[in-house]
Amino acid sequence: MTHPSDTGTAPVLALRDVSKSFGAVRALRDVSLELFPGEVHALAGENGAGKSTLIKTLAGVHRPDAGQVLLDGAPVVFHGPGDARDAGIAVIYQEPTLFPDLSIAENIFMGRRPRRALGRIDHKATRAATAELMLRLGVELDPDRPARGLSIADQQIVEIAKALSFDARVLIMDEPTAALTGSEVARLFGVVRTLRDQGAAVLFISHRLEEIFRICKRVTTLRDGAWIASEPLEGMTEDDLVRRMVGRDLDELYPKQEVTPGETALSVRRLTREGVFTDVSFEVRRGEIVALAGLVGAGRTEVARAVFGVDRWDAGEVEVDGKPLVNGAPSTAMAAGLALVPEDRRAQGLVMDMSIERNIGLTGLRTTVKGGLMDRGAERSRSLDWAVKLQVKYARIADTVATLSGGNQQKVVLAKWLATGPKVLIVDEPTRGIDVGTKAEVHRLLSQLAADGVAVLMISSDLPEVLGMADRVLVMHEGRLTAEIPRTDATEETVMAAATGRAAA
Amino acid sequence: MADSSLTRAIRWDTVVGALLVVVLLLSFGFVDGFGNALNLSFLIGNTLPIALIALPMTLLVVSGEIDLSVASTAGLSGAVMGALWNQGMTIETIIPICLLLGVVCGLVNGLLVTRLGLPSLAVTIGTMAAYRGIAQIVLGSDAVTDFPSQYLDFAAGRIDGTFVPYAFLPFLVLLAVAVVALHAMPFGRSLFAIGASEEAARFAGIRVKRQKLILFTLTGLMSALTGVFWALHYASARYDNATGLELSVVAAVLLGGIDFDGGKGTLGGAVAGVFLLGALQNVMSLKDVSAQSQIVVTGVLLVLSVLGPRLARQMSLARAGRRAAPTPPSKAPAPTS
Repeated sequence: MTHPSDTGTAPVLALRDVSKSFGAVRALRDVSLELFPGEVHALAGENGAGKSTLIKTLAGVHRPDAGQVLLDGAPVVFHGPGDARDAGIAVIYQEPTLFPDLSIAENIFMGRRPRRALGRIDHKATRAATAELMLRLGVELDPDRPARGLSIADQQIVEIAKALSFDARVLIMDEPTAALTGSEVARLFGVVRTLRDQGAAVLFISHRLEEIFRICKRVTTLRDGAWIASEPLEGMTEDDLVRRMVGRDLDELYPKQEVTPGETALSVRRLTREGVFTDVSFEVRRGEIVALAGLVGAGRTEVARAVFGVDRWDAGEVEVDGKPLVNGAPSTAMAAGLALVPEDRRAQGLVMDMSIERNIGLTGLRTTVKGGLMDRGAERSRSLDWAVKLQVKYARIADTVATLSGGNQQKVVLAKWLATGPKVLIVDEPTRGIDVGTKAEVHRLLSQLAADGVAVLMISSDLPEVLGMADRVLVMHEGRLTAEIPRTDATEETVMAAATGRAAA
Repeated sequence: MADSSLTRAIRWDTVVGALLVVVLLLSFGFVDGFGNALNLSFLIGNTLPIALIALPMTLLVVSGEIDLSVASTAGLSGAVMGALWNQGMTIETIIPICLLLGVVCGLVNGLLVTRLGLPSLAVTIGTMAAYRGIAQIVLGSDAVTDFPSQYLDFAAGRIDGTFVPYAFLPFLVLLAVAVVALHAMPFGRSLFAIGASEEAARFAGIRVKRQKLILFTLTGLMSALTGVFWALHYASARYDNATGLELSVVAAVLLGGIDFDGGKGTLGGAVAGVFLLGALQNVMSLKDVSAQSQIVVTGVLLVLSVLGPRLARQMSLARAGRRAAPTPPSKAPAPTS
């Protein structure tokens, strides 16, 4: 195939030299972008590079301070998201917001459902129109099913169907795959290809570089609000792309250090939580990084929660350094040297309204104490120490964590737990939704911790991360441990086979 | 909280403190009979029951919970005190029994909330009715008034040559203890975390249920103490003592800038709220405003006090927004999870 512009096709939507500032911050500087029909275009950049602002400019949420938005080659001004939608531009977000109690069909045709005489809603027509949309997308979803209980992947499909029902010609997908499993990503990509072949222009954003290479034809890279390049992906390597995003050569993304494992630090024996996971046994030794892989919903997070004590277990036992843990008691797990960096940093890892200092301080309520009172000096220096060690980028340590980017928030969660000096560190999806530069930093940190003798258990849905970082890979499938694969034998195939239950281990 | 974004913005507790000063100055200047020592001691004495219960209530609301049974617990404590006095027990035995009873009342609330996971608003509306009912069963419609005079004198008297009631001194001690507990101890720090995000607090190893149980128990204890004080201060133990006091306490605490959703507020603000409400009630009494109308005013204050801090925060956020870079708006959580 030749480049669309070579064939004389005009871009359906374009930005020309667009700038946008918020106060003193220049979020976009002279950025240009062209989206062609029948093409999937990637938007790459680290957190804070200006991707969100660019999307919002295309979607009519922001109006550029300078430069133009071009629709079919002609300058347009969107006065709001409604204008952009009417022009055929739809945005699919990472976490869709559907009305849980309405059916799929009702969600799609919210507020504009086909009517019969006397203004009565035509349920039959709504359903038929929905079924037709699903057919176009090549997806089987029952139009009458309520949105409640749909997976995020299915919710996104509903959002895409909704976009199609508005005759969207441009589909902007903002990190749609962040919360999807491998097979869900594959299905989503199937839908994207279908739309592309039907002539839609797609702008695709993802932190997972391999996805960009899988589905996109060209890529536009932003760095610090500035346009870096728009170019075909063909012939580029992931390293090339990372270099454009980061502006320098990134040291290895997976800086795994070779470590000789020491004695057993975490021992989980026959752990069972009824209906959630069954008979899970494994050990993690000092200096080891053990990955816990599997599909979303396989029970990995639930095992971690039970080990840490946030949930109770029904049977089995957990030992740290040979000492049994109390069932359902995070405070004693902490005291025994266990730390958990949870899956959902916004709800579980951090108190969003609290300062960086106090969030890190939360794990020190027993240690930064003098005479029964908080030792504020000790608390501050402990928090500062760890924030600096982990290179958290912040203005003031007293700022709320809500003001930080996702990657920096994750660093605060890590700081909070590393400050406890854990013997065993459990990290649940440690790099989900954070940019590639920070991701490499987190990996280096985990590797260093292991080298220093910490036992690391890493839950991850990111296969390259699992393969790149783990000494051993444990795989869960439907609540059971189905495989233990040493580093040398771990490949995408062996791990996925165990995760999907295809191989008896 | 000491977050710089808040300290540099309008702090609601400062606003309430200033408002208290203004109301006091205006009252001294323009309300006949306000400034004399007798009235001032009435003001403080009548406000003390609100103030005593407001201490644990502040901690409770900071942690995201509430207790509406406090006035009934106080009433029950007074009723039991009267009934036992009629039985001929000594007051020195009765008071510890009443306080223990308060602990039990608080424990019941706390266990229902923490063990069964019920919302405290519903639980304590239930026990509000239950405790008051038990009080009536215990004492019927009797009024017990013949408590020993040295106790009555302590509860109603004031320090010689001043307008300060004796009972104000133990309150100051309790206030100091509460301030230290909330603002200087790890315990208080954990309450702010629990109120702001219970889940994150749990994941940080904070024993959420235990802390809440402690708070409900303390609230029961302080309510019972207030019941004892009430019966002695007004020299009357009746089953309907302190009826409606929970409204004043909650209104005062919220007025003082304690966020109803938990996680924000200072005891200084709460105490300012208490005495602002007490001063207003005193002025209204001096102006012959009927008790019913005073309840209306308290109710309106309650609504305003929920509204006020929110407006203040929004204004300071808007200010911060103009000054700093926009943080990307947080993505709305998926409603179907």
